[in-house]
Amino acid sequence: MPLLAVEDLGVSFRTEDGVLHAVRELSFSLEAGATLGIVGESGSGKSVTAQTIMGLTRGASLQGRVLFEGRDLLTLPDRELRRVRGAQIAMIFQDPLSSLHPHYKVGWQIAEMVRAHTGLSRRQAHRRAADLLGLVGIPQPTRRVDDYPHQFSGGMRQRAMIAMALALDPRILVADEPTTALDVTIQAQIIELIGRLQREFDTALIMITHDLGVVAEIADDVLVMYAGRGVEQTDRESLFHAPHHPYTRGLIASIPTSAVRGERLKPIPGQPPSLIDLPSGCSFRPRCAFAFNRCENERPPLHPVGGNSSESAVAEHVSACWLPELEAGAPSRRSSA
Amino acid sequence: MSPRATAVEGVTSPRGAHSTSDDAFVRVEHAVKRFAIHGNQLFRRSKEAVHAVDDVSFTIRRGETLGLVGESGCGKSTLARLVTGLQPVTSGTVVFDGQEITRLSRAQLRAVRRDVQMIFQDPYGSLNPRRRVGSIIGDPYAIHDESRGDERKRKVQELMEVVGLNPEHYNRFPAEFSGGQRQRIGIARALALKPKLLVCDEPVSALDVSIQAQIINLLADLQHDFGLTYLFIAHDLSVVRQVSTRVAVMYLGKIVELADADELYERPRHPYTAALLSAAPIPDPDPARRRQRIVLRGDVPSPVSPPSGCRFHTRCPKARQDCVTVVPDLDAVTGSSAAHVAACLHPVVDGEDLGAAAAVIDQSDQAEIPALEAIEKITAGIARSVDDQGSRA
Repeated sequence: MPLLAVEDLGVSFRTEDGVLHAVRELSFSLEAGATLGIVGESGSGKSVTAQTIMGLTRGASLQGRVLFEGRDLLTLPDRELRRVRGAQIAMIFQDPLSSLHPHYKVGWQIAEMVRAHTGLSRRQAHRRAADLLGLVGIPQPTRRVDDYPHQFSGGMRQRAMIAMALALDPRILVADEPTTALDVTIQAQIIELIGRLQREFDTALIMITHDLGVVAEIADDVLVMYAGRGVEQTDRESLFHAPHHPYTRGLIASIPTSAVRGERLKPIPGQPPSLIDLPSGCSFRPRCAFAFNRCENERPPLHPVGGNSSESAVAEHVSACWLPELEAGAPSRRSSA
Repeated sequence: MSPRATAVEGVTSPRGAHSTSDDAFVRVEHAVKRFAIHGNQLFRRSKEAVHAVDDVSFTIRRGETLGLVGESGCGKSTLARLVTGLQPVTSGTVVFDGQEITRLSRAQLRAVRRDVQMIFQDPYGSLNPRRRVGSIIGDPYAIHDESRGDERKRKVQELMEVVGLNPEHYNRFPAEFSGGQRQRIGIARALALKPKLLVCDEPVSALDVSIQAQIINLLADLQHDFGLTYLFIAHDLSVVRQVSTRVAVMYLGKIVELADADELYERPRHPYTAALLSAAPIPDPDPARRRQRIVLRGDVPSPVSPPSGCRFHTRCPKARQDCVTVVPDLDAVTGSSAAHVAACLHPVVDGEDLGAAAAVIDQSDQAEIPALEAIEKITAGIARSVDDQGSRA
């Protein structure tokens, strides 16, 4: 049994303009200690997926199941959900400034969270908070534990958020664009820190990002989302060396790299569709260079396409596209690992 | 002011219009910008100041794209504002197209500003949501009092076509456009007066990757078609390499390295540049193609009281005693061409492993990830307290 299994998840919101389907028919699973990267652009549904796992999409109508250790989080009574959320599944957000309360000391906020889930005394929890700040690399943690969030730099605030998330040794860490708001040298520090703590705590990680560079760095498996649906899922090597879905290929091709310097980039034409009024058939069809009749009439389901490049991959390479399968076992640029 | 053609296509090529002997279109010399911090003014004026830009000199050549990279707070946006004359320098000079703009009156400056336009990072915040797109793009004509009525509308629609917007959307509001399209609106507005220099301040940072590439291609086309010179500011190093002829790297108010784009990326000489380049995540899982990552310790120090000597010495893996006291000049580096300058006393040499370098000065106030034993100790403690509660299976 996987640690986390998302089955046929659907999340929709009622808006003035109609029902907005943020996530549709999404399924994936996560094994203990593994890292899943979820990639997509704004509006692809990646953040809503994370928030739903955490039980943070209030007012949305939900379909499907989110099974954590076999229990469906979507139907769990509040009292039991509270024991899971924060303690066993923790989350770090993109913006560390608005995730910390400006009025309370950083250490107090971590201690409060620890006390809510354990029987520690105020003093013990405070000491634990300082330990945790030291763990994530805050200098002079016993002094900084009594600082307010504004006295921390952006990178330090994100470290404090990570300390809070890891305070109860969760089984799963959900990170929603944790480095997007940070400078590149700080970003490198945070990614290294998350990777190191993940190995040490044996935490499973869901890394939500728009940055394929971050995915290439840390993910075991990758799920690509477009307009609320998973369009391709595979291991990291195949994603970069043998992508199947035209959207995935377009994403990779539109990144500037040293190889194409001075040449024109190859953007994906057009814009993502409205989630209230999706095009018929495949949602990516209007922007796709390979679209043909069938794409308009029939929506392609996720199906195996072959081309997994590493034998250790837990996930089968699946893609929601009518294009023919990749040649089995022969990715174009197989890595020599 | 040189006579201007009326049609958008008629923008005069800057190369033809002027025949100065040197090709420096913008020359910045010893520019300094300080912002006073207003403390408790009732009793005394605060003498503290943010040293946003400190003694910076460089040129932007006619027709090139000069990339400017650095992390938040390094002064790159302030530097852009000094070049555009949006903010006066504290000291130093900015010469724009042969004319020193640092001592011009407001009226004189207004004339210069026709030739310098700016594109901003936030395509949402830089457009008034209550005004129609046509009138937003036509603003520069209103401000400089040219072409009214139907003529203005015709020009605006031409501009919309040039940047890839549908001219029929003239009467729509910004909210009806996507992020990428809004950035196109900002670009159309910037082009209205046929500027010579376009300052792009993080123009694609707020956009999705696939849209980002559309805007980068558009900017390249416009530069080619209208002979524009770009100052291109971004924190995304791969974007900067893609668009730039030369690249300048800033750290805490100073340019620490400047070179041709390929040269800078292939052979960085300043340890900060090397660390910055190595820190950027590369979208390729093959470890063989990855650089050795140099993870810098700690955060950028405060620009209110920047470190002595070389400002990077508190985080530099190669820092030595002289770095604390000597301010390095931006000079040519041995082993590189004369056009490659870096401000470092101990520049990186070819094939050097910076990851293995260790500073010989004390940098202990910087954050560091603790040793594994410490992590294990804390992990065990956490597991115990959670087990005590029995909340863990």
